[in-house]
Amino acid sequence: MSVDPPVVHGHINGQVFSAAADATLLQVIRAAGLQVPTLCHLDGLTPVGACRLCLVAIEGHPKLEPACVTTVAEGMVVHTHTPELETYRRMAVELFFAEGNHVCAFCVANGSCELQDVAVEVGMDHSRFPYQYPQRHVDASHTQFSLDHHRCILCTRCVRVCDEIEGAHVWDVGYRGSACSIIAGLDQPWGEVAACTSCGKCVDVCPTGALFRKEDGTAEKHPHPERAAQLAEARHEHRWTNP
Amino acid sequence: MGTDPTPRTITIDPVTRIEGHAKITLHLDDAGRIADARFHVVEYRGFETFCEGRPFTEMAGITARICGICPVSHLLAAAKTGDKLLAVQPPPAARKLRRLLNLAQLTQSHALSFFHLSSPDFLLGWESDPARRNVFGLMAADPELARAGIRLRQFGQQLIEQLAGRKIHSAWAVPGGVRTPMTAATAAWIRERLPEAMATVARALELYKALLDGPLQREQRSFGDFPSLFMGLVAPDGGWECIEGAIRFIDSTGQIVADGLSEDDYASILGEAVESWSYLKFPYYKPLGYPGGMYRVGPLARLNVCERIGTAWADRELAELRARSGTPGSGGRIVTSSFAYHHARLVEIVACLEAIGQLVEDPELQSPHVRSHAGLNATEAVGVSEAPRGTLFHHYRVDDDGLITRVNLIIATGQNNLAMNRTVAQIAREFIPEPVAAGAEIPEPLLNRVEAGIRCFDPCLSCSTHAAGQMPLRMALVDAGGRVLAERVRD
Repeated sequence: MSVDPPVVHGHINGQVFSAAADATLLQVIRAAGLQVPTLCHLDGLTPVGACRLCLVAIEGHPKLEPACVTTVAEGMVVHTHTPELETYRRMAVELFFAEGNHVCAFCVANGSCELQDVAVEVGMDHSRFPYQYPQRHVDASHTQFSLDHHRCILCTRCVRVCDEIEGAHVWDVGYRGSACSIIAGLDQPWGEVAACTSCGKCVDVCPTGALFRKEDGTAEKHPHPERAAQLAEARHEHRWTNP
Repeated sequence: MGTDPTPRTITIDPVTRIEGHAKITLHLDDAGRIADARFHVVEYRGFETFCEGRPFTEMAGITARICGICPVSHLLAAAKTGDKLLAVQPPPAARKLRRLLNLAQLTQSHALSFFHLSSPDFLLGWESDPARRNVFGLMAADPELARAGIRLRQFGQQLIEQLAGRKIHSAWAVPGGVRTPMTAATAAWIRERLPEAMATVARALELYKALLDGPLQREQRSFGDFPSLFMGLVAPDGGWECIEGAIRFIDSTGQIVADGLSEDDYASILGEAVESWSYLKFPYYKPLGYPGGMYRVGPLARLNVCERIGTAWADRELAELRARSGTPGSGGRIVTSSFAYHHARLVEIVACLEAIGQLVEDPELQSPHVRSHAGLNATEAVGVSEAPRGTLFHHYRVDDDGLITRVNLIIATGQNNLAMNRTVAQIAREFIPEPVAAGAEIPEPLLNRVEAGIRCFDPCLSCSTHAAGQMPLRMALVDAGGRVLAERVRD
């Protein structure tokens, strides 16, 4: 018989909350009906705190904390929408755009892109940072899918979904600093990685147009990020297997 | 226009009421007479280079962005090139839907050229106040006609929107077909709007023919009336064509010079010369060399290369165009005056509207089978479509993964480059016949006619150089020693 974790209490934006002691702040924020933007987080996958959009201010903490990887604690007093936080969030989104080559006009994900949605949500109308125009490439070696590194924001959803749900671990993160990129296998062309089952889960969860089906043209990508949570839950409950 | 004490060149800079940015220079000989004229395109974009490395499936979306006036032309050429890379035939419904889209595009673009850009010259008069010689002046002088013209363009634009989801920069046509069929609501909308569109073009034709019988006779004779080849797509039966068919060259005597040519062979048919004074290349018909292989494309060329249009009213108008303006050397079969591009545009609008009327009654356009699916099956392909301004080629090479390694785009306006230069020179000689004295002012209406010679071709310089920007134009008068004598600039 499992034992429920103890309940803790605190305040978010002046409202009292009660939550299980192992809950993340992001879960509590959303349960309270509040909205903070996220890009790397996806229900069903292990949180990693990569995108820094869900930063919150916790009284008594010397720095801002990413809500997705911060566990609640008794007496926590949390602020999700201060002017400082909103400034940082907008800067983070501007840096995503400045750091890659994001051209919505002909992108497969135009209209169904989480980066685009977040830019709208944080009120970004231009980047105050100079565009870096990095020299990147498209890996179109797979028979069904392509990876356009120009559009990758290194959220690692693809890495996690392939590892945690599909169990193939095709993807990883290679290199350092501004050269950091998603790699397939041992930094091989995707189409040469025998571990890939061509399941398409990485394409379904990618928040931008970085991963897409080869036949998709402009604005034709229809991602299904919700499938990660559906599959994780079904697996956890042994929904289709004998316990 | 500024003057120089040692005048030798007239510059018109920028040329107005065209799409893009250009200038004209008029060159004088030692005696001060017009010796030559040059149409300079002074913008550059480099689309062909930044497409490299992109998946070919994106090319329709990328190249449509070359132009806000005729994105449909690039969309269709890119999709047709994509068909060949997939090595599939689009379903019959998709081919018809692409045709319908192009008919809407020709209609809206020709309406823009005629009503918004060119008609102020001949409806308001070459001598009228330049500040009012535009579509707003037309609205003041003849609000009903201006409104009808604007609504005719709106009909074409809204039809594009209804089919393709948006008026400008849609990505609806894709390798293998199109994304969605025509809805019953769109069919009903077309049926409702078509009579008004037809009435507008009928009125424009009536007005224009009356002007041709009267005040425009000199322009018809002197605005680029010279022998040249004409190139365009024709249907297998020799009929008018705007998206399929094969390439035909015809000369000014009506002799078919080459027929049944495939776009695949464009590189052996067409050469591209470069001049140091313009970013716009100078394509020519290779067998006749440069610049002897000058040819014209666009509405007048399409009407010259075809035997017939295939619908009743348009064929009557084509016969009348030929009867009025055909050169005697061709038995009236070929129209060589570049001024007749305006008339040809109106005839093509009639052709488009009649064809739209036929297609809307075809139930196949509402079939759900509009896209053929396949992987990459070829690594090089050429696609062609008839843009409003003429024949448009897209040529892609891709690697084994379908990523672009080379792009070549041959744009309609570029193909008229030699003819546009010849046209402005002819107009300048006709309307500036006397030697230009040092420091002399060239009257604005004369310079406007030189500009208007360019407008006959409805050039789209954004497309033809794949370059950014509006379309102001500069004009310069240059002497035999290359010094600028006078300059006119309009933004």
